Amino acid sequence: MNDFQDLYQEIVMDHNRRPRNFGKLDDATSFANGFNPLCGDEINVYLKLVGDEIADIAFNGDSCAISKSSASMLTDGVKGKKISDAIQIFESFREMITRKPGEDFSSDILGDLEILSGVSQFPARIKCATLPWHTFHTALTENDQSVSTE
Amino acid sequence: MINIDQIRNDFPILSRKINGHQLVYLDNAATTHKPRSVINSLVDFYENHNSNVHRGVHTLSMEATDKFEEAREKISKFINSQTSQSIIWTRNASESLNIISYSWGNKNIGEGDEILLSPMEHHSNLIPWQELARTKGAKIKFLSLNIDGTLDLSNIDELITQKTKLVSIVHVSNALGTINPVKELCEKAHQVGALFVLDGAQSVPHMSVDVQDIGCDFFVFSGHKMMGPTGIGVLYGKMEILEEMDPVFTGGEMVLEVTYEKASWADIPMRFEAGTPNIADSIALGTAVDYLQNIGMENIHDYEKNITSYALKKFNTLESEGVTLFGPKSSDQKGAVFSFHIPNIHPHDLGTILDGMGIAVRTGHHCAMPLIKSLGVSATARASFYVYNTIEEVDTLIDGIKSAIRYFGDGSN
Repeated sequence: MNDFQDLYQEIVMDHNRRPRNFGKLDDATSFANGFNPLCGDEINVYLKLVGDEIADIAFNGDSCAISKSSASMLTDGVKGKKISDAIQIFESFREMITRKPGEDFSSDILGDLEILSGVSQFPARIKCATLPWHTFHTALTENDQSVSTE
Repeated sequence: MINIDQIRNDFPILSRKINGHQLVYLDNAATTHKPRSVINSLVDFYENHNSNVHRGVHTLSMEATDKFEEAREKISKFINSQTSQSIIWTRNASESLNIISYSWGNKNIGEGDEILLSPMEHHSNLIPWQELARTKGAKIKFLSLNIDGTLDLSNIDELITQKTKLVSIVHVSNALGTINPVKELCEKAHQVGALFVLDGAQSVPHMSVDVQDIGCDFFVFSGHKMMGPTGIGVLYGKMEILEEMDPVFTGGEMVLEVTYEKASWADIPMRFEAGTPNIADSIALGTAVDYLQNIGMENIHDYEKNITSYALKKFNTLESEGVTLFGPKSSDQKGAVFSFHIPNIHPHDLGTILDGMGIAVRTGHHCAMPLIKSLGVSATARASFYVYNTIEEVDTLIDGIKSAIRYFGDGSN
């Protein structure tokens, strides 16, 4: 029983039950859709970029607890940050999640997101945790893309 | 009656511990475990008889050939084929269906022709026909589905017409467990002169199948879903149809006479078995058939039907917790396959939590993406049973689901 509780810690469960910044941004300047066809997880990330800052961010979609809590913590972690800082967080998070067993990892910029470090012990679930981040990255780097209004 | 303790003893892997718990293996629709006799059969072949088959005059080659052809004979009798020549070794059901599509399909399907499928086909019985239809300008039509996951045959006469050249249907659905009325569908297909292809991947491991009684023109299945090794499957075809078909793969083993300019084809079944075949796995699949027949297919079917009835009752008690079970609700219409959905718990989270308790289920779309989408969910969790599973394991599963609901349930939106 203990194994999966490492993964589904209380803070993860809390973000799953009450996801932060969940919904759609009506005044978004950038948007990306992330889809994992293997499991059906789907996530939309909406960004409002003002200058070099992420003024606002929201997400929605249908996904598992790992994906949803990862997305929720992502939005908390990058909201109000400079784009360049957000990209550093993205890279640090990716390094933490995809590290090999036994490999040390430390970061002073991830904060609460380090709770998700246990995902690296569940290879089948790594993509769940990284899907929101790749979607976020796409929204950031292809920010000339228009927001879907459907 | 079957002796469940004795059967479980025959499967070494069933004594494994997973995350500190006794393994409860409920992913049999994906692949099944192998009894010791099948594993030993592989070892025996490589240790004592290993050699290439056919044409060899030395002792080992003759032994290997005898065992290889004896396995073909066993498969033939197992599904009551007219002759063992009708049994073609392939890698799996997918390859068998692709051979039908490429060989028979390319020759016989033309523009405006229609192929009829069911909405519950595994991708392996959908995509080969999509590809064929796309290249030939043919059209694919689908039967309708009732709300309980059975086929709606009320409009069948509008769907099977003179334009229909091929009907390809799954015998037992890997996603819903639905047992389809294949004899009736086969008759309908033949009334308009269409061929009838039957995907038996989920039926032949669990029930007695008689291809002559059903009347199907082709029957396909995979060895690993019936206690055999991975990498070996079967294509059965009626001889008069196979005789008219060209090979898909060419090379060694499948020729009669070869010059620098051209070649003539060997007889059926070798015409479709280019290259050195999967000898050891074919022989071990024959051993799996021996094992199944020793228990008796009727006994297996009855035993699993009992598990299905019990599990249906237990899932019924979960309805009040919001659990939706997809597919038929009667053990007469359903194999021991249970696809379900729990509000607020994504199937992948459930799969991980159950794995923490030693329970192996599959989560996702089960290679039936359009079907799962039509159920209004992005994925389901699926528990599928085999003859070595027990009634107690149904209880373990249900208790596991309840724990997951408790764990996820508090304060959920």
